[in-house]
Amino acid sequence: MSHQLKGRGEEGGGGMRGQARSGSLGTGDRSRRSPSMKRPHRAEEAPGRRRAQPGQKERAGGSPGSGSPPRKQAERRGRRELLGDRERGSAEKICRGRRKKDGRASLREQRAPSKREKEVRRKEEVWKQLKKHRSSSMASSTSSGESLSEEELARILEQVEDKKKLIASMRSKPWPMSRKLAELREAQEFLEKYEGALGKGKGKRLYAYRMLMAKKWVKFKRDFDNFKTQCIPWEMKIKDIESHFGSSVASYFIFLRWMYGVNLVLFGLIFGLVIIPEVLMGMPYGSIPRKTVPRAEEEKAMDFSVLWDFEGYMKYSALFYGYYNNQRTIGWLRYRLPMAYFMVGVSVFGYSLMIVIRSMASNNQGSTSEGDSDNFTFSFKMFTSWDYLIGNSETADNKYASITTSFKESIVDEQESSKEENVHLTRFLRVLANFLIICCLCGSGYLIYFVVKRSQEFSKMQNVSWYERNEVEIVMSLLGMFCPPLFETIATLENYHPRIGLKWQLGRIFALFLGNLYTFLLALMDDVQLKLSNEETIKNITHWTLFHYYNSSGWNESVPRPPLHPADVPRGSCWETAVGIEFMRLTVSDMLVTYITILLGDFLRACFVRFMNYCWCWDLEAGFPSYAEFDISGNVLGLIFNQGMIWMGSFYAPGLVGINVLRLLTSMYFQCWAVMSSNVPHERVFKASRSNNFYMGLLLLVLFLSLLPVAYTIMSLPPSFDCGPFSGKNRMYDVIQETVENDFPTFLGKIFAFLANPGLIIPAILLMFLAIYYLNSVSKSLSRANAQLRKKIQALREVEKSHKSVKSRATARDSEDTDKSNSKNDTQLTKEGTAHHSASQSQTLDQKAQGSGASSSAGKTVLPASQHLHVSRAPGVRPDSGQAQPQAHPWRSTSGKRAWRPPH
Amino acid sequence: MGNKQTVFTHEQLEAYQDNPFRQRIAQVFSEDGDGHMTLDNFLDMFSVMSEMAPRDLKAYYAFKIYDFNNDDYICAWDLEQTVTKLTRGELSTEEVSLICEKVLDEADGDHDGRLSLEDFQNMILRAPDFLSTFHIRI
Repeated sequence: MSHQLKGRGEEGGGGMRGQARSGSLGTGDRSRRSPSMKRPHRAEEAPGRRRAQPGQKERAGGSPGSGSPPRKQAERRGRRELLGDRERGSAEKICRGRRKKDGRASLREQRAPSKREKEVRRKEEVWKQLKKHRSSSMASSTSSGESLSEEELARILEQVEDKKKLIASMRSKPWPMSRKLAELREAQEFLEKYEGALGKGKGKRLYAYRMLMAKKWVKFKRDFDNFKTQCIPWEMKIKDIESHFGSSVASYFIFLRWMYGVNLVLFGLIFGLVIIPEVLMGMPYGSIPRKTVPRAEEEKAMDFSVLWDFEGYMKYSALFYGYYNNQRTIGWLRYRLPMAYFMVGVSVFGYSLMIVIRSMASNNQGSTSEGDSDNFTFSFKMFTSWDYLIGNSETADNKYASITTSFKESIVDEQESSKEENVHLTRFLRVLANFLIICCLCGSGYLIYFVVKRSQEFSKMQNVSWYERNEVEIVMSLLGMFCPPLFETIATLENYHPRIGLKWQLGRIFALFLGNLYTFLLALMDDVQLKLSNEETIKNITHWTLFHYYNSSGWNESVPRPPLHPADVPRGSCWETAVGIEFMRLTVSDMLVTYITILLGDFLRACFVRFMNYCWCWDLEAGFPSYAEFDISGNVLGLIFNQGMIWMGSFYAPGLVGINVLRLLTSMYFQCWAVMSSNVPHERVFKASRSNNFYMGLLLLVLFLSLLPVAYTIMSLPPSFDCGPFSGKNRMYDVIQETVENDFPTFLGKIFAFLANPGLIIPAILLMFLAIYYLNSVSKSLSRANAQLRKKIQALREVEKSHKSVKSRATARDSEDTDKSNSKNDTQLTKEGTAHHSASQSQTLDQKAQGSGASSSAGKTVLPASQHLHVSRAPGVRPDSGQAQPQAHPWRSTSGKRAWRPPH
Repeated sequence: MGNKQTVFTHEQLEAYQDNPFRQRIAQVFSEDGDGHMTLDNFLDMFSVMSEMAPRDLKAYYAFKIYDFNNDDYICAWDLEQTVTKLTRGELSTEEVSLICEKVLDEADGDHDGRLSLEDFQNMILRAPDFLSTFHIRI
């Protein structure tokens, strides 16, 4: 603003001068009237400046047009005539630069007659000559005024840098919007004016273009970010839930989404590498016994009840292990399906392990900066506990309640150090509670074992009812539904701190689920062993059936018998498919139970409470049934265990992952709807980040536990003799050996044989242990160093505190003569003049935001400016050596001259 | 903010009635301090409360919001106001005074019995949740 006003003042002065010398008046008018004509020549000239100071600008901006040949003749003529005038002009320039007003006035009088002579000439010529004259005068003047222009140039450069910084850091200034706008406009104008002129950007047009592109780029980036956000599936849904229920409930949905992503990858792996090749290139259905429904089951094979149990056609489909043939290569691609099956089974676990550990590590990295939280417990609670995102009155009510309780908790924590009342009773109750819960766990484990045993008997019988067939699933689901509330009831006995209580609760539910799962697995293993022991007899039966079929009498010896129809061939029980079917059923029933629980427990309850409240004797919404809360821990644990089952089952039922993807997809939408429609926000909100890693840890544990049985079956159980890709082999992993022997060159086979040597494997394992030990000790020492550093910082803070307090007392004593603007400490410690305080403090805030970069870069900017000056001065050193030199470097000369102009 | 909503529904406006500091926010950002905002003030508010705003700026305005009597210091009275608003007055006076005492003990760097802007910034910039909670999403 200020320099604009100044410019306007000089415009008046320029006009006066123009009246005195009429020639320059004409050119001044010209420049004013036809800016469109001139602009091409002076692309780098700022329009605002042209209007403001016509006289000066003529001098400064004249040269770029002077390079054209027809002008040269006129220039030479004019040069001879105006030689004296030029010198006067240069003198005037210097004088004006130094603001010697008396000298300027005298020069103006001298100048007037010489200009008048030129009035007879055509205007065009006058204009050209004047331009040339001024450019040369400019060139000569720079030599005499170089010290001045250099420092001015540096000053302008510095200012330009300052303005740039200002624009960059505008966002972090605590100014009102109107001031921000004004400052921004001013800074931008300033930049537009000088940036081109200083030769920093190559002219205004390029600068403008660059600015335009920068703006476009920023906009594009923002749009792209928006686009990316929109591409994240269910982002809006989750944000919606987050704003209603807080981040803890949202964390479950984020976890669900993450799980969906992982499953999608697993699904792609299994479908792309196993199922699709088999369907496209493998032998079709009905060609061999393992791909055909046996004759006995044929009539019922398409019934819905049979299909629902994954029997019949479902059992003999590519969804299960038994369907795959043990042919080494299939199709014209010679795809090694058994090998691919094995490798996919391994890589499913490998990928899952990798992704879980990676996300755990990234979570850890984010949460390392929580070390300070113990120093400021109350402060953080007071100033950061309110979540400004909350936009729902119920959530707000809960937030108020939780803040109050957390304050109370902190107060209790603070006071609680000495008082411990009735330790013995508490201990007794805790032991009792643990005893009860262990009883519950054992009981549930035994119940499952019993039920699984019974179901094995049922499976041998005919005509079993629906309940008897699904007993295992029903019992497991019921246990999962009723045990957690029971645990919670028992846990009230213990009188733990709620935070610790929650961990205990999670651990117990985890143990329950895990126990159930492993009982189920053990029972399944019994079943598998039984089937394996029967396998030998079945193998003999099959062999003899085929033998008799081909050798029986009554057929003509010359005519070869047609092969036995695959449906009639007796076959083994194929334990792998049986295991796969168990997992499949468990997954489906788990899904259904979850949905029904949500529908009955949440939705119907919500409907009942909502609509029966009009005609009920007490307040249903506030009183007993109320609305359901979203059970985060139960849901997350359910999700984790479901995933464990998927990991275990996917080797025996490749289609399981597909079912799981569908399940996660539907449960995403269904649960989102259920939460929004029929749940109320949680009473206790726990930190999303921390619990997230806790869940990840549980997931890792489950992954490891589900890896064990699969690895056991692969390494130590013989595969079925007549179904699956590994049939006929002694162990499943033999497929690798086979591939190495047959398909790889012999020397590779030898290398693999060497690698498999125990003499190599044991040292390798030892080496790994050593590496683990080493890394562990390194991390321990690092964390110790970290703790020590933290302690040091703490100690420093204490010292600083005491130092400050001493100082503040001292300054309070003699505060009369302390200078307010002296140092930061003083300004804050003096008690009077609060208005000054706020100003200076806001300034310190600005300085902090700009940081030390401002001072260092300011030092840097001086250097290129001075370098630039050397170049630009070159034409000015020898003014009489001809006009060609300045023309050869139009950019440099102009930039040099521009820089010479006094800034405003 | 992906959604480009230009007209607020009544429910959405209602939804922001729950913030205990809503009056303070309006007062801090309004020009004359009485809570009536011009368009510029409104823009100011959202530029500060947006997710993109830098930490220091947020800390500065948070300080102003919690400084109830506008004396550029958060004194014990301000802290009491804050606690009362946060808990809807459900704590007893002893508890409130204990909390204020604790906060001053923790965050007051120069032991003058009140929090200056520097003390406040020093404290708030270490808070893990400050940036994630101190913003408004439309």
